Amino acid sequence: MSWETVIGLEVHAQLATQSKMFCGCPTTFGAPPNSQTCPICQGMPGVLPVVNRRAVEFAVRTALAFGLRVNAACRFARKHYYYPDMPKNFQISQYEEPLAEDGALEIETVAGPRRIGIQRLHLEEDVGKLVHEGSLATAQASLVDYNRSGLPLMETVSRPDIASAEEAAAYLRAFRAVLVALGVCDGNMEEGSLRCDANISLRRPGAAELGTKVEIKNLNSFRNVQHALEYEVRRQAQELEAGRRIVQETRLFDADRGVTRSMRSKEYAHDYRYFPEPDLVPLKLDPAWIDSIRAALPELPRARRQRFVSQYGLPVYDAELLTQSRALADYYEAAVTVHANPKAISNWIMSELLRELGGDDEAALAASRIAPAQLAGLVKLIDDGTISGKIAKDVFTRMLASGDDPAVIVRREGLTQVADAGALGVMVEQAMAANPKAVADFKAGKTVAAKALVGQVMKASGGKANPAMVDRLVQEKLSGM
Amino acid sequence: MADTPRTIHELSAAFTKGAASPVAVAEAYLARIGALDERVGAFLTVTRDAALAAARASEARYRAGAPLSPIDGAPIALKDVFCTAGVRTTCGSKILEHFVPPYDATMVDRLRRAGAVILGKTNMDEFAMGSSTEHSGFQLTRNPWDLTRVPGGSSGGSAAAVAGGLAAGSFGTDTGGSVRQPAAFCGIVGFKPTYGRISRYGLIAFASSLDHVAPFALDIVDAALLLGVTAGHDPLDATSVAAPVPDYVARLAGGVSGLRIGVPDEYFGTGLDPEVERSVRAAIDVLRDLGATVERVSLPSTEYGVATYYIVAPAEASSNLARYDGVKYGLRVPGGRDLIDMVSRTRAAGFGAEVKRRIMLGTYALSTGYYDAYYGQAQKVRTLVRREFEAAFARVDLLAAPTTPGVAFKHGEKADPLAMYMNDVYTIPASMTGLPAVSVPCGFSASGLPIGLQLIGRALDEPTLLRAAHAYEQATPWRGRVPELA
Repeated sequence: MSWETVIGLEVHAQLATQSKMFCGCPTTFGAPPNSQTCPICQGMPGVLPVVNRRAVEFAVRTALAFGLRVNAACRFARKHYYYPDMPKNFQISQYEEPLAEDGALEIETVAGPRRIGIQRLHLEEDVGKLVHEGSLATAQASLVDYNRSGLPLMETVSRPDIASAEEAAAYLRAFRAVLVALGVCDGNMEEGSLRCDANISLRRPGAAELGTKVEIKNLNSFRNVQHALEYEVRRQAQELEAGRRIVQETRLFDADRGVTRSMRSKEYAHDYRYFPEPDLVPLKLDPAWIDSIRAALPELPRARRQRFVSQYGLPVYDAELLTQSRALADYYEAAVTVHANPKAISNWIMSELLRELGGDDEAALAASRIAPAQLAGLVKLIDDGTISGKIAKDVFTRMLASGDDPAVIVRREGLTQVADAGALGVMVEQAMAANPKAVADFKAGKTVAAKALVGQVMKASGGKANPAMVDRLVQEKLSGM
Repeated sequence: MADTPRTIHELSAAFTKGAASPVAVAEAYLARIGALDERVGAFLTVTRDAALAAARASEARYRAGAPLSPIDGAPIALKDVFCTAGVRTTCGSKILEHFVPPYDATMVDRLRRAGAVILGKTNMDEFAMGSSTEHSGFQLTRNPWDLTRVPGGSSGGSAAAVAGGLAAGSFGTDTGGSVRQPAAFCGIVGFKPTYGRISRYGLIAFASSLDHVAPFALDIVDAALLLGVTAGHDPLDATSVAAPVPDYVARLAGGVSGLRIGVPDEYFGTGLDPEVERSVRAAIDVLRDLGATVERVSLPSTEYGVATYYIVAPAEASSNLARYDGVKYGLRVPGGRDLIDMVSRTRAAGFGAEVKRRIMLGTYALSTGYYDAYYGQAQKVRTLVRREFEAAFARVDLLAAPTTPGVAFKHGEKADPLAMYMNDVYTIPASMTGLPAVSVPCGFSASGLPIGLQLIGRALDEPTLLRAAHAYEQATPWRGRVPELA
C-alpha cells in the first residue's frame, strides 16, 4: 500500500539585528551568561517593550522576497505559559494579525522546480536558556541564562505542500540561502540562528482529508530534518498499516539514535490565552517605507544562479557553488568585472581560493588577503602570457601571504615568462646537447621523448619559459635534425 | 506647620524669595510623618536620608538662583507602584516585599530631574487592585478626616499623605478611579491625565491599557505643575503620546465663560448618595454662574462600565502578574516537589485574596472558548463607550459628574467584592476611554466627610479641564481645607 506524505515546516530565524526585539541589549552569541540583559529582557516589574525597527525591516524584506503580502497593520500578542526560561511567563509574539501572509518559495526537486506555499510570517521574541549542572537527571539546580531572552525571531510557516523528507531539506536549504542573501539572518544552524519544526502526516494518494499530524521539534540541521522525517514517514506508515491510529502529539528527534520520541501529547496542550499586547500599539507600516525596502531587495540566490549561467556561460555546477553565499557571488562578480574570463576566475575561486579561506560567508571573504581585482589580475597575467599557469599558483601563494598585487609580485620576483624565441632556442639546443638519449629516442619514433626535453627546458628556466613556445621549438628542432 | 506654606507653588515662591528653606521644609515633613503616620499609615517606606540629601541639593540651587523647575524642593510622596532605583518597591504585595529595583520609573526620573524631594513610598491596595487600600499586603491606611474610615484606593496612601499634610503633593495610579476616588474621599485634587500623557515605564503594571500615572495635589495649580514636569513622550513607552507638553499653569486663567458643560444623566441614578448629589449639583450651578452653559447629555453604556472593566482589567492583570513566580526576584517559597509546585506555592503565599480573585477572573476571560464572549465582547463595549463620549464631546467641552457614589466608608464596611467594585462606577468610563479627568473638592457631608466633583475633558485637552477646575476652585471655599490631625 502506498502513502502520500504531507509536510509543513515552521522555521524560526534569528534576525541579525544589533539589538534585541524589544530592548537595546546586544545580540552577540556566546557572551558570558546574563551579561547581555537588562530589566526589560529579564521581565522585571514595570518594564515595557519597544519594537525594534530594524527587526521589522528585516521581516518586511523577507516577506517581500517570498512574495508575501505585507499587512498594512499588524499586532503583537501575548502567548502565555509558565517556564522559567521565559521571564514574563508570556512571550510577545503575533497571532491573529501577523506581519505578512501568503507567499511561496520555489525549490528544485528531482522532478523539476516546485512551489511551496508560505502561509504566514511573524515576529516574536526568543526565550532564555536553562543550564543544568551536570546532566538534567543529576543536577541539583538549574540556572537561567537570559542572554537569548528577547532576541528577535522571525517565524515562517509553510503550507503543507512538501511531499517528502528530501523536499523538506531542499526547502530549508533554499530558505536559508534566501535569508542569508537578504542579510537578515546568519543562517548558522549550530548556533541556533535557524531552527525548524515539522508537521507531518500521511494519507492515501488522492484523499481529500489530511491525516492526523505529528509535530517534530528542534530539527537543527538539514540532515536532521531529512532523517527525522524519513524515520517519521516509516513509523507512521507502519502504524497505519498495522491498523493503528496516529496520535496527535509533539515528538523530539533523537539524532544519535535516528528516531523520534513522543514529547508531550497535544491532547493536554496548553491554553496559551493569546490576547493583543496592550503595551504595544498596532504596528502600522508606511507603504512608502515598504516600497523602499522592496526597491533595495538584492537579487535572490535562485535568480542569481540562473543569471550566472546565462550571463557568464558558467556550468550549472559552478553557478550553484558561487551563489551559495551572497558574499562569494559578490566577490566573483567583482573579479569578472575587472577581467572578463568568467570560467577561469570561477576555477580559481573554486579550486584555490575557497580551499584557503575555509568558508564562503561574509566574514571569510572579508578576511581574504586577495581582493577580487587581484584575483582577476592574476588570471589576466596568465591570459596575456606574462606568466604560466604553473607560476600563477606560486604567485597565488605569495599573494595570500603578502596581500600584494600579482603584477608587483611577478616583477619583484622576476617571474615574467620567457617568450623570446632566440633565448628559448638556445635553451632548447642546450637541453638537446645534454640529453642525446632523448634525441635518439625521438628519432627512433618515440615522440613522447620530446616531452622530457620540454621538461628540461622548463626546469632550466625556473618555470618561467612559455611552455607552448618551448613545445613548438622542441618539435621544430627535433624535426629539423 | 500652620504658618508654613502648604502648596507646592507657595513653597516654591517662598524658596525663591529665601523665605523658606527646602531642607527645613523637608525636615518638617519628615518630622510630621514621624509624629503622625503611625496613626494614618500612609507610608510603607520613608526615604529620610535621600530626601534630606535632595533637599540640600535643592537649597544650593535656590541659593545659586538656579532651581530646576517650579517644583524644585517640593516634598513629594510616591505610591509604592513606581519603581525607585535602590529603594524597595513592594506594590503593596508580600510577593515583592523585599524587591529593590535597579531602575527608576520614567516619571520618578523626571521628578528627580525637576528637583523634587521624594519623601518615601506610600501604601496601596496590592497591585493597585481595590478601592479602599484595605487590600494592602502590609497595613491599613486611615482617612485623615476620620481615622475609622478608608482613604479610598488603590492609591490611598498617597491621598492620605497629601490630605494629612505628610507630603505637599504625591503620585498615584488611576486604573479605574484609583486616584480620583481617594482624592474625593480625602478632600484633595486627584488628576488623571490622558492615557499616554505620562510614561508608564517603571510603573508596575496592573492593567496596561487602563493604567494612568496621576498626581494628587492640594489645588489645581499644583496639579498642573506636577503634570507639567512628568508629562511628555518617553521612548521607553510605546503607548506614550508624542504631542508637545503645553505650559499647563500658564493656561489656567480665563475662567469658564463660554464653555459648554454636559451633565450625563446616567451619573445621577440609583445608588448615588443624596448628599453627594446635592453637592455636585451645587458645584455645577457654580460653574453655570461663572459663565458656563450647562446641558444634559446621555451616555447610555455607562451601566456596562463596571462589568466591562472587570473583564478587561483582570484579563490584563492575569497576564501582567504571571512574572511573579519566585524564579527571578521577590518571594520564593522553597520546598516544592518540582518547578511548577514551587511557582504555585510562591504565588499562593505571595498574593492576597483580591489579587488571586482577579487573576482567576482574568485567566477565565482569556481562555479558549471564552475569549470572544468575555474579552472580545468587553473590547467592543469599550469601543461603544468611546463613541458615546466622542458624540457627547461634539456638543460639549467638558462633562461634570460626581467622582464617587458616596463618601468615605468605614474599614471593613464593603466586605463584598461587588459592593466594592460599584464604588468605581463613575470613574471607570474615563479610565476605559483614556480621557483626562479630575476630581476637585466640592463640599462636605453632614458628617464632615469630603465630596468630589469630577470633570472629564477631551483627549489631550488638559488645559480646558484644568482651567474649569481652577475657576471652580477659586470661586468656592473648599480648596485647602485640611483635617485637624495633630
